[in-house]
Amino acid sequence: MSTGTTKLDVVVSDVVPVNDLVTRFHFRRRDGQLLPTFSGGAHVVVEMRDGERTRLNPYSLMGSPLDTREYTISVRRDDVGRGGSLFMHNQVRPGLEMVVSYPVNLFSLDLRAKKHLMLAGGIGITPFMAQTTQLAAEGGNFELHYTCRTASLGTYADVLRERYDRRVRLYHDDLGERIELDRLLSSQPLGTHLYVCGPAGMIGWVRDRAAALGWPSETVHFEHFAAPQPGAPFDVTLAISGKTIRVGEQQSLLEAIEAAGVDPPYLCRGGVCGQCETNVISADGKFIHNDHWLTEEEHRSGKKIMPCVSRFEGRSLVLER
Amino acid sequence: MGITFRKETFRDDFTFKNSPEHIRRFPFPFHEDAYMYAVNIEPHVVGPKGSVLENLIDVDEHYVAEMQDRALVLAEDPLRCQSLPHMTLAGWDLLELLMEQQALGYPEHFTLTRDGDRWRWINRPLGIDDTFTFGDTSTLPYGPMEYITRQSQGDFCILDQRDGNLWMDAGMVTTQADWSLDFDIGMNFFEWHAPVPLAHEKGIFTRALKFLTNIQQGKPARRLNWTMTINPRLDTSPENYHKWGPDRATVTPENVGDKVHLRVELQSFWRLPRSNGIVFPIRCYLIKMDELVTQPKWARRLHRVIRDLPDELANYKGLTRFRPTLVEWLSKLDDGSATSPGFGPD
Repeated sequence: MSTGTTKLDVVVSDVVPVNDLVTRFHFRRRDGQLLPTFSGGAHVVVEMRDGERTRLNPYSLMGSPLDTREYTISVRRDDVGRGGSLFMHNQVRPGLEMVVSYPVNLFSLDLRAKKHLMLAGGIGITPFMAQTTQLAAEGGNFELHYTCRTASLGTYADVLRERYDRRVRLYHDDLGERIELDRLLSSQPLGTHLYVCGPAGMIGWVRDRAAALGWPSETVHFEHFAAPQPGAPFDVTLAISGKTIRVGEQQSLLEAIEAAGVDPPYLCRGGVCGQCETNVISADGKFIHNDHWLTEEEHRSGKKIMPCVSRFEGRSLVLER
Repeated sequence: MGITFRKETFRDDFTFKNSPEHIRRFPFPFHEDAYMYAVNIEPHVVGPKGSVLENLIDVDEHYVAEMQDRALVLAEDPLRCQSLPHMTLAGWDLLELLMEQQALGYPEHFTLTRDGDRWRWINRPLGIDDTFTFGDTSTLPYGPMEYITRQSQGDFCILDQRDGNLWMDAGMVTTQADWSLDFDIGMNFFEWHAPVPLAHEKGIFTRALKFLTNIQQGKPARRLNWTMTINPRLDTSPENYHKWGPDRATVTPENVGDKVHLRVELQSFWRLPRSNGIVFPIRCYLIKMDELVTQPKWARRLHRVIRDLPDELANYKGLTRFRPTLVEWLSKLDDGSATSPGFGPD
């Protein structure tokens, strides 16, 4: 029934450099109304009109869910990425009219938790900005551990320390500081929920240690900041729409399908939500599944693919789209 | 021009009736001459003027009487309204949704004024004019969910979403078709659907759950469900089975038209913004056979649907006892001609 989410017409109201890598963007509604309410951990998909090309990148909302006069996101510049963050840094100026999606939350707080233990790495701090604001307003019990490369790249570390004092613990890689994870996980009160957002390696480490120390998986929440990986170009036939398309090196399969005028559903564009799941009708070649949605068995079956992050190498691929 | 609210009862002397305009707007649920489960979910968007979909939250001529009936049910059994501690925020979400939608659709009856967190709610049909602080439970006479659902037609289940499942962790349920919030509270989607026959084998619940967990803010969805009730009772709960269960043995060829009611649920599904929960309003519409058969197309089609219903489904819906009497009565109104496509009357 849906392709993506409902859209919001916004205007860039401010662009604020935060440090050498990160810039913050503020959006207001073009009609002057309030933006929709959201919950801590939600993201919006930002549409970027980059010449002929439309880029769609998800970014966590980091403002207060209690104040929806504006949405704020923070974008880390990736000089070797696919170009979305560079577009935001280089092209987006105050006054620019843009389109963002309604908020979607795939990294929700579990409101049953007696305590929320948050682990952030690098730009993975952004969803916690909104979550801590939400919890602080309700008198919620939380503790945030935040690792960054250097003090100067500790995005919003000063803001967080100012707001929450000792509830925030900082770790700087250049000083050799590292979360004492086992000790931290072993010393939590019963009823604690764990949230982690950061690089894939950090998420894997935290999930593994939590599992090893007996944390039930329902109490461990994580959000990947996975962008689609580039790779060799490949051709795809879309059976329902009767189109044959080429997926470029820097393009995701989902983007190529959209560029061909087919509107598949999506929410996260990062391989976790399941919305763009597509049946494979036939394939002669090898899948490069980068998603976190399909089971290993489904990956092996070759019958399903998540076009937002997955690629293909081989002679022919026919999808049900 | 406002709605003229009927004075009527859903118990004892059963004075409930639909006005002629309300008969025509009844959400008849059969689009063809047969019925089987389907995940018949569609976007919940505004429909034609004069239909129950004219507004996304429908208020009709039965509003005041239904709210009075709800108050009676709650006075007897407060457990029809429950909210687990982590669901208070979702209750505020629901309060905002219902106040906004009712004020938007029926400005002559409801007014919502906001000044930051300071809100004023005027409900003219029920004589309510309250000012409160949004988010501060101490400023309302009940919790936010109970406060607003004592002023909104239909039942409300608030579902928490976690671990890829939905959990029935809060609700106001007084007009239900033989299920119980007190029994289901805390259960997940598969647990509370466990009694439904046939649908598990068809994988319907797995697909439905996947759809529901992906419901997005700003994009509600809906479906219709149906059953039949003897006498126009809103409260056909397991707790009160001793009151309504025996009614099923009272149907005779003489009283079918007055006693047997088609009960249609308009179920909608909304993502709640602050809590990220899902609310599932179940709005119940009743129509007695005498009213329904004033539309010849509905009479013919209902005859065929009830006659051909698989036995498991007829049992599950509690029709077995009176089905032969009903089918015989309806058969006299079925001349065998074709019915037109779609739900609406001709």
